[in-house]
Amino acid sequence: MYSFEIVRPTSLADAVAALGQDEAQALAGGQTLIPSLKQRLAQPSVLVSLTAIAEMQGVSAEGGVLTLGGGTTHGTVAREAAAHYPALAALASNIGDPAVRNRGTVGGSLANNDPAACYPAAALASGATIVTNSREIAMEDYFQGMFTTALEEGEIITAVRFPIPEKAAYIKFEQPASRFALVGVFVAKFADGVRVAVTGASEEGVFRWTEAEEALSGNFSATALDGLTVSADGLMSDIHGSSAYRAHLIGVLTKRAVAAAA
Amino acid sequence: MTKVTMTVNGKTVAKEVRGNTLMTEFLRDELRLTGTHVGCDTSQCGACTIHVNGLNVKACTIFAAECDGAEVGTIEGQANADGSLNVIQQAFQDHHGLQCGFCTPGMVMAAASLLKDNPKPSEAEIRHYLEGNICRCTGYHNIVKAIMAASGQDVSVIAAE
Ligand SMILES: Cc1cc2nc3c(=O)[nH]c(=O)nc-3n(C[C@H](O)[C@H](O)[C@H](O)COP(=O)(O)OP(=O)(O)OC[C@H]3O[C@@H](n4cnc5c(N)ncnc54)[C@H](O)[C@@H]3O)c2cc1C
Ligand code: FES
Ligand code: FES
Repeated sequence: MYSFEIVRPTSLADAVAALGQDEAQALAGGQTLIPSLKQRLAQPSVLVSLTAIAEMQGVSAEGGVLTLGGGTTHGTVAREAAAHYPALAALASNIGDPAVRNRGTVGGSLANNDPAACYPAAALASGATIVTNSREIAMEDYFQGMFTTALEEGEIITAVRFPIPEKAAYIKFEQPASRFALVGVFVAKFADGVRVAVTGASEEGVFRWTEAEEALSGNFSATALDGLTVSADGLMSDIHGSSAYRAHLIGVLTKRAVAAAA
Repeated sequence: MTKVTMTVNGKTVAKEVRGNTLMTEFLRDELRLTGTHVGCDTSQCGACTIHVNGLNVKACTIFAAECDGAEVGTIEGQANADGSLNVIQQAFQDHHGLQCGFCTPGMVMAAASLLKDNPKPSEAEIRHYLEGNICRCTGYHNIVKAIMAASGQDVSVIAAE
């Protein structure tokens, strides 16, 4: 690792100020950032730890919306969101392993936007709102291709608001070595329609499968998806699976998610 | 350099650290607590599992500066006050839950966290919980058996020794 300082502000205002310095970067759970620092893929001069900021922690539900503080760990979401949004809690409880879940955060996952990460699928399928220190960002504007988001330099995700669906499920086909999604599908049924978000598959990162959404909005059952297929064009191909295999998995996992949610 | 103060296995330690000092380096090189092993250094293997404020974390993926003010537990603090093995460690010995022993500190620390949250886990729950702890020797059966035994449960249902 290159050398850097670490600061641990206890308020959001101090963190924003610290991130205004040259070459400063936010550090949340570090489960993604520390490995990339070891590989010298990043060279910050100051890391601004977000873990001591109480106003970025916690899980609360009100008026059909679940709000997660941006610094809430996967482990806390798994425990505390279960009563309000079980599919989201289940997703959190299957990220990585227990030690990763005790550090990794929802804000870190959504800021990083790994094309195989789980939270982006939940956020997109739920139509979540990203709350930062300076504004609110709608889902439609947030994801901008793999590892790219609408966040500006130094902008901090302080909270994420998830509208709670009537029914939902996330099915992840695990890449067994990394435990990330080879493909993951999040299906969420709301009173005004169904949203289907796919992670792990596209070279552009998480995306909505709109044909499936239309079919399911009329008839929320796995059979409504019969005959629907996804094109392999633009899907990832690697040693773990070809683009055609991923395209096939999307269809299968979407059916399983609908069956699990219904 | 930043000054950090934390308790490690109940003792207060205060040291100057660089920003990029990992907890594995702090424990092993500064405090000479070499029971926390480094298998992969990429948060995959769990050999470096420690407890920070009661939660299991991978010491290779947390900086010492982030543990300022924390209560840290390592394998060196697990034995009973009289120096005898604690119930989990004793069960690993009784059920041959280790061969080379490299993964064992992390396994014992992870098992302690599991049993704190879930005192009577099922075999499936134990296996799921240990997903982040890799052992290249034992084939896991005897580790699962040891944790079953440490939780006071019948071990005869787990594959033969
Ligand atoms: C072994 C292992 C298995 C894993 N398995 C999975 C899995 O199955 N599914 C999955 O989805 N993920 C998985 N992960 C990734 C894990 O969920 C990470 O915790 C997560 O991607 C990043 O969160 P973090 O809090 O650790 O962020 P960090 O690593 O601290 O930061 C990541 C990036 O986000 C930025 N950042 C962090 N917080 C904020 C914020 N609040 N606002 C703005 N920017 C911020 C940082 O500057 C950095 O660029 C795994 C990780 C490991 C090590
Ligand atoms: S050395 Fe930390 S997980 Fe392998
Ligand atoms: S006993 Fe050798 S790695 Fe587990």
